[in-house]
Amino acid sequence: MRHIISILLENEPGALSRVVGLFSQRNFNIETLNVAPTEDPSLSRLTVTTIGDDRVIEQITKHLNKLIDVVKLVDLTEGNHIERELMLVKVKALGAARDEVKRTVDIFRAQIVDVTPSLYTVQITGDAGKLDAFLQAMAPVGILEVARTGVSGIARGDKVLSL
Amino acid sequence: MESCQFLICGRGSNGQPLITARRVGESLYPPKDFRAWANRPTWPTPRHGELPCKGAGDLCRHKSPSPDKSAGPNRAICQGLASGAGLGRQRHTAALDTAGCPADRTRDLQGRNTVELLSGADMIARFLQDEGIEYIYGYPGGAALHIYDALFRQDKVKHILVRHEQAATHAADGYARASGKPGCVLVTSGPGATNAVTGIATAYMDSIPMVVLCGQVASHLIGEDAFQETDIVGVTRPIVKHSFSIRHPSEIPEVLKKAFYLAATGRPGPVVVDIPKDMTAPTERYEYIYPKKVKMRSYNPVTRGHTGQIKKAVEMILKAKRPVFYTGGGVVTGKASEGLTDLVKQLGYPITTTLMGIGAYPQSDRQCLGWLGMHGSYESNMAMHHADLIVAIGARFDDRVTNSTSKFCPTAKIIHVDVDPSSISKTVRADVPIVGPASSVINEMISLVQGHKIAHPEALTEWWEKIDGWRADREGKLYEPSKVDEALKPQEVIEALCRVTRGEAYVTTDVGQHQMFAAQYYKFDKPNRLITSGGLGTMGFGFPAAMGIKQNYPDDDVVCVTGEGSFQMMMQELSTCKQYGVGVKIVNLNNASLGMVRQWQDLNYKSRHAHSYMESLPDFHMLIEAYGFTAITVNTLDELEPALERAFADKHELVFLDVKVDPHEHVYPMQVPLGAMRDMLLSKTERT
Ligand SMILES: Cc1ncc(C[n+]2csc(CCOP(=O)(O)OP(=O)(O)O)c2C)c(N)n1
Ligand SMILES: [Mg+2]
Repeated sequence: MRHIISILLENEPGALSRVVGLFSQRNFNIETLNVAPTEDPSLSRLTVTTIGDDRVIEQITKHLNKLIDVVKLVDLTEGNHIERELMLVKVKALGAARDEVKRTVDIFRAQIVDVTPSLYTVQITGDAGKLDAFLQAMAPVGILEVARTGVSGIARGDKVLSL
Repeated sequence: MESCQFLICGRGSNGQPLITARRVGESLYPPKDFRAWANRPTWPTPRHGELPCKGAGDLCRHKSPSPDKSAGPNRAICQGLASGAGLGRQRHTAALDTAGCPADRTRDLQGRNTVELLSGADMIARFLQDEGIEYIYGYPGGAALHIYDALFRQDKVKHILVRHEQAATHAADGYARASGKPGCVLVTSGPGATNAVTGIATAYMDSIPMVVLCGQVASHLIGEDAFQETDIVGVTRPIVKHSFSIRHPSEIPEVLKKAFYLAATGRPGPVVVDIPKDMTAPTERYEYIYPKKVKMRSYNPVTRGHTGQIKKAVEMILKAKRPVFYTGGGVVTGKASEGLTDLVKQLGYPITTTLMGIGAYPQSDRQCLGWLGMHGSYESNMAMHHADLIVAIGARFDDRVTNSTSKFCPTAKIIHVDVDPSSISKTVRADVPIVGPASSVINEMISLVQGHKIAHPEALTEWWEKIDGWRADREGKLYEPSKVDEALKPQEVIEALCRVTRGEAYVTTDVGQHQMFAAQYYKFDKPNRLITSGGLGTMGFGFPAAMGIKQNYPDDDVVCVTGEGSFQMMMQELSTCKQYGVGVKIVNLNNASLGMVRQWQDLNYKSRHAHSYMESLPDFHMLIEAYGFTAITVNTLDELEPALERAFADKHELVFLDVKVDPHEHVYPMQVPLGAMRDMLLSKTERT
């Protein structure tokens, strides 16, 4: 099953490499990884999506918790949560396809953020499924480049991941 | 640029100038209160190399302090003072000689705090003194030379010069295993640090507390493929509990304190501290205060187990019909042997330990079944397989213990106590997991057991009958003693060794058949006495480990049981033993082959002995004598005991016994691969 694990990490040199290294060292897999400092500059928030059965996920969270640089973590998929990813896509926009792209962008509530005579750069946010669907819809037109941020997430309701 | 002003306010009792530092301007680093620092109204423009790096730590490589020497706040100043105020070599020596006395922090006439200023290198030396480190094992080189100079100018911490950095780590590791305190190592950058890697991995796999200080090229050179530059933090990342890079000399006391704290608490392990050369420059001095305590918000090792879980476990223990205690190195490193012995004796249950847990419960006691696993005792493995309850404490269900996990102990419920939650249910699912240190959990169990009777005493009697039956099955059949004119059996040698040393020696081993024989035939009644590389299985471990132990326990017998293959991996340490007069005994079970490899080739490759023989062995006798030590060659059984007696006659003399043993001997029992615990080869012709 796919899990989204969010981690508060010491914003220290070497901290990220320890997290990433752990995954390869122990044969855990990383689907996406997203990391940036929080409002407290001494902490980064790292969100990783991974796939594994319960036993594997239990090992992943235990080993992550064991890293000295990991201050706290939560498996967001254990409860209700919001999941978002941002994607920038360059798609061909020539002739009739130009309008077609524009329409699809509207349907997905995406935005065109840059334009040239031959292509559109589209920005879209949503969960991973929505982004995948958008790429599928664009495939016939011609996708030139994709940049995805990886999943970020937060729990719904009163639950807060903080110190 | 921020600057500091200093007033010299006289001299302390030790002749050390008392200096009051007054900070002028604002400090960029180190931010004492990070939040306040972060929330200040105006942000300083961080120069490259200053903290904090905004963004994921790794994405920016710190090069601090920058070579233009502008980074630090209480960076000093002292370049000027050094000549003017006489903070020269002599005064340093004076300061360090009185180190540890309470006068290192005094107040001046105005009641202001005055502190001592030390270079990064001197801080390291001083910190090690204050931390109570007696021996540090190491090897010098360019990036570590400031530190070596600081060690030279003091005499509290004794540096032992090894002949290869791997030996430094094994020696510190051996000491740590025997004493339960962290070992300490100092190596230079690049090859010095990479040579230490095997020793770090060895300590990591067996959860041994150790701090390894590595020199590093100067900060401004990092990343430029400078001479002897290796990213040792990167190289060792998967084999350390944690690592630090020093980014400013003023961090040194706190980082070192954290390193020792991390190494020794929770599940212990090695910690690497990477120290760029400019961090130890003698010309720059900073305030030194020994941090008595450290707090780390992200590190809080558990101090006790969950009481509800412990109660549940004790209920199961009292109700069990075929219980077995299965305990590991965690009981030894967790200093819980006494409690364990109490608990197990009170219950009257059988106990087996892992290789790493040997001695945590006295092996001469009837309730002890020996050790378990691939080459464990027949009765241990049989009892485990047939048990209805396994009480695992400080053990990690390693593959050398469990054999195939899918066939592991089919009828048993499992209670698993460990400080490290990630050890629990990693390979074998626990029915009752308890995260906590062995000692406190065991003590709680003892108090819960007290006053209660076990529910099925008749079942226990039956269980013991069964176990005693297994014992009787193998009695006198473990190996065939040598006949007259036959080569000695290695097992005989270990049994004689145990007699001669009354079972009281520290026994270190290398890796191979001799290791298994030492563990099987020497009877250990105390923890910390069998010192062996269990997790990594590092050939070359035994001799330097023995060296580290002997230096710290000069009045005890310390013997390294080795093989001619393993010994040749670290035999350069004879020179170290010569330099420091280290009187270890070496028992070389010389089968002229890589016996354990050969055994596997006999069993799995139709005796095709691919590179498992030792052609061109040195004449060990001459080799040992070349270093000025005594060597005795033993060929026959009647030579054996006299030779051992002779070897152990003088506690302070290094003696090497080259014992020629039967090269065809195999280690049994041996679990059958992919089988259950009970599936074993018992000799070349028998199996379960
Ligand atoms: C550094 C290292 N290299 C290789 C091995 C694999 N290995 C395990 S036992 C063994 C043979 C050891 O020979 P020796 O020291 O003579 O001991 P014996 O088995 O003959 O008693 C080897 C090569 C190892 N454990 N460690
Ligand atoms: Mg051999």
